[in-house]
Amino acid sequence: MTSRRVAVTGIGVISALGPTRAEFWDALKAGRSAIRPMTLVPEGSVRFQNGAEVPDYRESDHFDEKESALLDRFAQFALIAAREAVANSGIAFDEALKENSAIVTGSCVGGKTTEDEGFRGLYELKNMRFPPLSIPKAMANAGASRISLEYGITGPVYTISTACSSANHAIGQAFWMVRNGTAEVAIAGGSEAPFSLGLLKAWEAMRVISPDTCRPFSRDRRGMILGEGAAMLVLEPLDRARARGARIWGEIAGFGMSSDAHHLTQPSAQGAMRAMRAALCDGSVAPDAIGYINAHGTGTPINDPTEVEAIRAIFSENILISSTKSMHGHALGAAGAIEAAATLLALDHGVIPPTANFTEPDPACDLDVIPNAARQAQVEYALSNSFAFGGLNAVLAFRKL
Amino acid sequence: MSQEIAARVAQVIAKTQHIPAESVGIDSTFEQLKIDSLDGINILFAIENEFDVDIPDDAARRIRSVREMVDGIEKLLAAKSEK
Repeated sequence: MTSRRVAVTGIGVISALGPTRAEFWDALKAGRSAIRPMTLVPEGSVRFQNGAEVPDYRESDHFDEKESALLDRFAQFALIAAREAVANSGIAFDEALKENSAIVTGSCVGGKTTEDEGFRGLYELKNMRFPPLSIPKAMANAGASRISLEYGITGPVYTISTACSSANHAIGQAFWMVRNGTAEVAIAGGSEAPFSLGLLKAWEAMRVISPDTCRPFSRDRRGMILGEGAAMLVLEPLDRARARGARIWGEIAGFGMSSDAHHLTQPSAQGAMRAMRAALCDGSVAPDAIGYINAHGTGTPINDPTEVEAIRAIFSENILISSTKSMHGHALGAAGAIEAAATLLALDHGVIPPTANFTEPDPACDLDVIPNAARQAQVEYALSNSFAFGGLNAVLAFRKL
Repeated sequence: MSQEIAARVAQVIAKTQHIPAESVGIDSTFEQLKIDSLDGINILFAIENEFDVDIPDDAARRIRSVREMVDGIEKLLAAKSEK
């Protein structure tokens, strides 16, 4: 089988830190958290107050009325990030390339905003006629399908839903397709828009959302903060990228996944370790070569020490880790993509984004978590971890070029 | 401690866990009853409905036994009746 090195030549991000990659990176390196009072649901309707919403989002800035009427918020984010990533790559899809390109997106909850509005109309307002575009708007593959239409891409296009690991699974599948020659170019990432009342009430009942902010690895951490947005990467063979003189953000070196087969919601250090080891093995990368890990780092009492335990079992004391969820929130099925973008930008710039909102060390999370201030560091290899409810783990390995 | 509240808490836990009510003693710990984190949020949901109270997440995390649950509910009910 063909085995090609895979470069990332386009990155697009829309997140709570802003609508573009540049604003995302400026905020990350400044350690600026975008966790604020939620505006998308009525105040006081859920027990937690804060979220990481895309600020001042107006769909009319990105789509005409006909277009936006067809797209749930999560699919709009997917398309906005894909447009930025493709423009950034400089790739023009000619007829042959359209057939040889792939799109793989991740989403945990799909078009929940559309569903929530439809169900409210039915159950509360007793409207017996349902909005007719609800099915194509709410389907989890709506973002992938719309990106396919945008560029005329007719190769493999699909969506993966593995809760909080969705985007890492999606990028990993796309990476393997480009590596083995199934696709010449791939657009891969994830998008999510979870701020609808019905879904927030369900999260409230899970009792994992922080009543204040997200403080990963900090002793006084009280839970996660939900986020929204999307990130998309453009992947292509390294030789192709070099031949056309593309701006190369970095290489995807390896991808690994595992299932805990342990518990629906409690994390397992063993499962996390197996996924990290699988990513190292897939990329033939030695543990000592990894300088930075963008941690899953949700900020829940149980995730963070479990993840640190898993990291310590494989890597040296000197490993740098941080959780950028402290700044852009936990964007569920988009999280892995947003964090892949953060990791690639960190390698490229030689600046490691911090864990924001950090107050005091926890002996159970005893690693250098880069508290509050970004660190200058030239790192060759980095991992980005995603561990999902359901016990499904997916880890990407990146290399600076 | 109110025997009535203790009995209602034991009933809710027994029903949620699908175990006999007799197996839920006032000094049973959640560990002894094999209550994990998912069972825990189910029990909290059922208890909140039974007593019409809101149990904050931080307080919920500290509850490790039936007695602590009963004590907590008594405090919440007392705070509610003062309002």
